[in-house]
Amino acid sequence: MGMLSERLKSLVSNNKKALVAYIVAGDPEPGVTVPLMHRLVESGVDVIELGVPFSDPEAEGPVIQLAHERALVHRVSLDNCLEMAAEFRQSNKVTPIVLMGYLNPIETMGYENFAAKAAGAGVNGTIIVNLPPEEASDMTLILEAKDIEPVYLLAPTTTDERAKMICKASRGFVYYVSLKGTTGAGNLDIDDVSEKMARFKKVSELPIMVGFGVKDGPGAKAVAQVSDGAVVGSAIVKLMEEHKGNLAKLNDEVGQFVSELRAAID
Amino acid sequence: MSNVDGQNENLFAYPDESGHFGQYGGKFVSETLMAALQELESEYYRLRKDKTFQEELQRDLSEYVGRASPLYFAQRLTTEAGGAKIYLKREDLNHTGAHKINNCIGQALLAKYMGKPRIIAETGAGQHGVASATVAARFGLECVVYMGSEDIKRQSLNVYRMKLLGAEVVPVHSGSKTLKDALNEAMRDWVTNVDNTHYIIGTVAGPHPYPMLVRDFQKVIGEETKSQFAEQHGGLPNAIVACVGGGSNAMGIFYPFLEDREVRLVGVEAAGYGLDSGKHAAPLNKGVVGVLHGNRTYLMGDTTGQIVETHSISAGLDYPGVGPEHSFLKDIKRAEYVAIDDKEALEAFRALNKLEGILPALESSHAVAYGLKLASSMSPDESIVINLSGRGDKDIPTVAKLDGISID
Ligand SMILES: Cc1ncc(COP(=O)(O)O)c(C=O)c1O
Repeated sequence: MGMLSERLKSLVSNNKKALVAYIVAGDPEPGVTVPLMHRLVESGVDVIELGVPFSDPEAEGPVIQLAHERALVHRVSLDNCLEMAAEFRQSNKVTPIVLMGYLNPIETMGYENFAAKAAGAGVNGTIIVNLPPEEASDMTLILEAKDIEPVYLLAPTTTDERAKMICKASRGFVYYVSLKGTTGAGNLDIDDVSEKMARFKKVSELPIMVGFGVKDGPGAKAVAQVSDGAVVGSAIVKLMEEHKGNLAKLNDEVGQFVSELRAAID
Repeated sequence: MSNVDGQNENLFAYPDESGHFGQYGGKFVSETLMAALQELESEYYRLRKDKTFQEELQRDLSEYVGRASPLYFAQRLTTEAGGAKIYLKREDLNHTGAHKINNCIGQALLAKYMGKPRIIAETGAGQHGVASATVAARFGLECVVYMGSEDIKRQSLNVYRMKLLGAEVVPVHSGSKTLKDALNEAMRDWVTNVDNTHYIIGTVAGPHPYPMLVRDFQKVIGEETKSQFAEQHGGLPNAIVACVGGGSNAMGIFYPFLEDREVRLVGVEAAGYGLDSGKHAAPLNKGVVGVLHGNRTYLMGDTTGQIVETHSISAGLDYPGVGPEHSFLKDIKRAEYVAIDDKEALEAFRALNKLEGILPALESSHAVAYGLKLASSMSPDESIVINLSGRGDKDIPTVAKLDGISID
């Protein structure tokens, strides 16, 4: 069992909800990322999702697309992301890092090479947005050999049959994308989330986190009440965009916001 | 792949059940799109065998699109090349002026049978956007076309034309602001509005089942070519030449000939400023294998896996990926892929005007340019068919500008 699984297991057994935060590596510039990761942890984040910049982030809404573009201005590559993870790991041995991104940079690096480097950098899991379990059989074995846990997605339109397959393939947790649409779109419908959770819980042995559309404390609280935890992405990335001209303020604002989320779900 | 040269394989058996052409193709999409793709796939498999659907499709292809398009023996072009006989498959004579309408009619009918009142499309040059807007008008569907803001500047005529047809044209400002970004944005719309919306992809790319279904709607080009050639000339042509952007006109004319192994199939990519300039759109010649827009295929990527910007004088070929079936046909060596640069394409554009009185699209001019070279290397008792995928009215401002003439 990997560090991601262990961390989430211990949260569940202590009756605590998980707070997962997403940032794009290298946004708004490379030097921001590692200090911000530490700040996220100090402010109460349990798991860090580190977005790997990609030229064609198909599933993202405008806020996160722009974050990818900001990072790519600095040519932040998958290798750079792994370097950031490694730097973070030097002083933090406990907070799981999940890389979130698209398949092509990994495919270009080569699966074996990626798995070895990621393990060396202290990465604990992957969310590859455009890699459903059906296409992932080669990847899964290679990752698992290095104790890196692949997390798969559930969507509102996922059938029961697929949900079963996805929950079986996933490690650490399962990520429920609570909206039809891209990241940052629309508003949360808690009744709907709650109904879907009831369905998916029946087929999942793993904790289920809810993301896409969690924007503030009340939203995080509502989501955490019906699931095992909340993933917050666009709301953080938007704050970062607002304060990209003042990096000290950026750190403080994000830290403050994340503390509020933590307080709301506890 | 059990057999790398593909000699003993049945090439009509692809894609396999999971949507793969050998190692290419597949469904590399976010979970949010899976249900929509599965619905499309099962509806398509059903309608493919549905008599009413097929009859309606055939009727529209003949009465609305104007099929069959002629196969034309180009005597003066043949003399110019001084080798094999050159025939042109005249997709430029279709309604809206390109092969794109074949696919759009098919997919609009799919939307109608699936009860989806809204269609969306991506476009680069605007040809597929115009064809989509046209069929939306024809079937009374709402239509939204995504187009990169750079392309909107370059193709104002087609933008206006789409608006006349009642479509909404949405500018895409992300990424390189061109076709690939328009495709990303269309996928995002589809994820959000999948209940009432069908996404008409304009080429044989995208996740399964798109490469298969677009090919099926385009294969009418090759079927007609086969019987027209047999009637006019007898037998089979020695080679078929088509330009390759995403690869739909090429796949359409190649497909019915896949098992006629003696027929050479030649796809022509855009070499832009030259294959060694880095500024081209020739992934099958100079690309790497990767994953983009829902499928595994050859694409234009850098050493870190980012998709790189492409260049071609023809907006319709200016795409960093290519349909997965072409990647497969390349690897098993059933088809060959070559490239023609901007300059050669322009020369062919001018030559076809002067020699045959035909104004080709700049995309199709790439096929004409290579066809001329190929024919001159062959003997007069051989023959080739060039797929003239579209007409060049849309390109007149581009070419005029190169001649120092502004016509706005
Ligand atoms: C006339 C014409 N030919 C060819 C193409 C390239 O597309 P494909 O390779 O899918 O045929 C286009 C695309 O816009 C086009 O307009």
